[in-house]
Amino acid sequence: MKNVIMDAPAIERALKRIAHEIIEKHTTAPASLIGIRTAGVFIASRLAEYIKQYGQIPVQTATLDITLYRDDVAMGTGRAIVRATQINFPVDGASIILIDDVLFTGRTIRAAMDAVIDLGRPKVIQLAVLVDRGHRELPIKADYTGKNIPTTDDDEIKVVLTESGSNEDAVYLIKKGD
Amino acid sequence: MVSGKGIIGLKYLDKSDIEQIVETAFSMRDISKRSVKKVPTLRGKTVVNLFFESSTRTKTSFEIAAKRLSADVVNFSYTSSSISKGETTIDTAKNIEAMNPDVFIIRHASSGIMDLLSRHLKTPIISAGDGTNEHPTQGLLDIMTIRDEKKRIDGLKVVIAGDIYHSRVARSDIYGMGKLGANVYFFSPPTFITDDYASLGASITYDAKEAFTDADVIIMLRIQLERQATGLFPSTREYSRVFGLNEQRLKLAKPDVIVMHPGPINRGLELSSGVADSKEHSRVLKQVENGVSIRMSAIYHTIGEGHEYTGN
Repeated sequence: MKNVIMDAPAIERALKRIAHEIIEKHTTAPASLIGIRTAGVFIASRLAEYIKQYGQIPVQTATLDITLYRDDVAMGTGRAIVRATQINFPVDGASIILIDDVLFTGRTIRAAMDAVIDLGRPKVIQLAVLVDRGHRELPIKADYTGKNIPTTDDDEIKVVLTESGSNEDAVYLIKKGD
Repeated sequence: MVSGKGIIGLKYLDKSDIEQIVETAFSMRDISKRSVKKVPTLRGKTVVNLFFESSTRTKTSFEIAAKRLSADVVNFSYTSSSISKGETTIDTAKNIEAMNPDVFIIRHASSGIMDLLSRHLKTPIISAGDGTNEHPTQGLLDIMTIRDEKKRIDGLKVVIAGDIYHSRVARSDIYGMGKLGANVYFFSPPTFITDDYASLGASITYDAKEAFTDADVIIMLRIQLERQATGLFPSTREYSRVFGLNEQRLKLAKPDVIVMHPGPINRGLELSSGVADSKEHSRVLKQVENGVSIRMSAIYHTIGEGHEYTGN
């Protein structure tokens, strides 16, 4: 069974609210948004637009591929394609906000933090996600959350965005076995 | 093919495997440019460099590649081994395999031995060159260097010139570039060409003008002086004059031609110093840089995929 948890207006409202929260907390240092491939990159660029629109605070975006930092590479989980990481600003001293679509086990974020720290010593790393679905396996918590969605372990959360070729913006909850 | 048995020759890889290894290598190259030149991907994995033939550059390149992926590297070279005590190659490899490495990097003087070894070993093998047969990672890094510069391989005129007969690089290049749609020309003295080269898909020419005219890429091979006892050409001076690449001959090629060489260069023999050092055309050092990235990608795909996970 497939339920729409967030439709396009809900996603827009959530991201605009997160943009306002980021503006509140970044009065001096530029907000450095690092999108985690693939959906995180699209969300980061939308957030950057909203932040420019409402806040007139400096904002910069970058792209992070965490494939090489995953903890399951050698487990034969299939062909992991390594794509480019593009961070065109110095990480040292930066105020970084990692951006992802869904926060689940926290392992992706752990990998992303390791990847960022290998590039330098940021002043702070925060985390913004569109959906927090629970079931953390690591002590990780989002600083900015679009929506909390209670799920069971084997549910699937699917985020579709127009940037990835979909004709709509939506978040679906897919129940197994129903 | 990449999974399970590793990379023993470009003959056995299909187009999509080659493209994937090269694509990944471009991402790997960024790691080598950072201040922390290491990712934790293959932490706890063991890479064995098993070299039955001497090599400094290729071995170093593989070692750097493995270390940048956080794998542990063990070097085993024939001079210090039990080969001198009469052990067979298969026995030597099986003995090391009993210590549970995750991938073998093997170089050996016998052509085709990788096929034999891969039948006897469960551990995947990446060939670092076997006799005059193949040197797959060199072929891949050549493809990467061309892709980097020309953004494509398909339809390019690629000239491979020199000691084709002794060259495992030439064979890997023709297999790989042929699959990607390049028009490959072999240019060399007739004594370096045997009948079976025609079947590899390259056009063969003995005329410098025909070879170099409108070339997009020229790959000069090293005259392997140590393997010239049989007298396949009369003198090095004559070779240089008739078959070498110099500034005049380079003018026949396209204005944006790139010149590559697997090294080490015999300056003034197959390649003039002016061409070898040309900032505009020479990509010799770029090849060396890309070599590390290609080997990172090769090790990553070999261990990251083919290895069956059996739990901790």
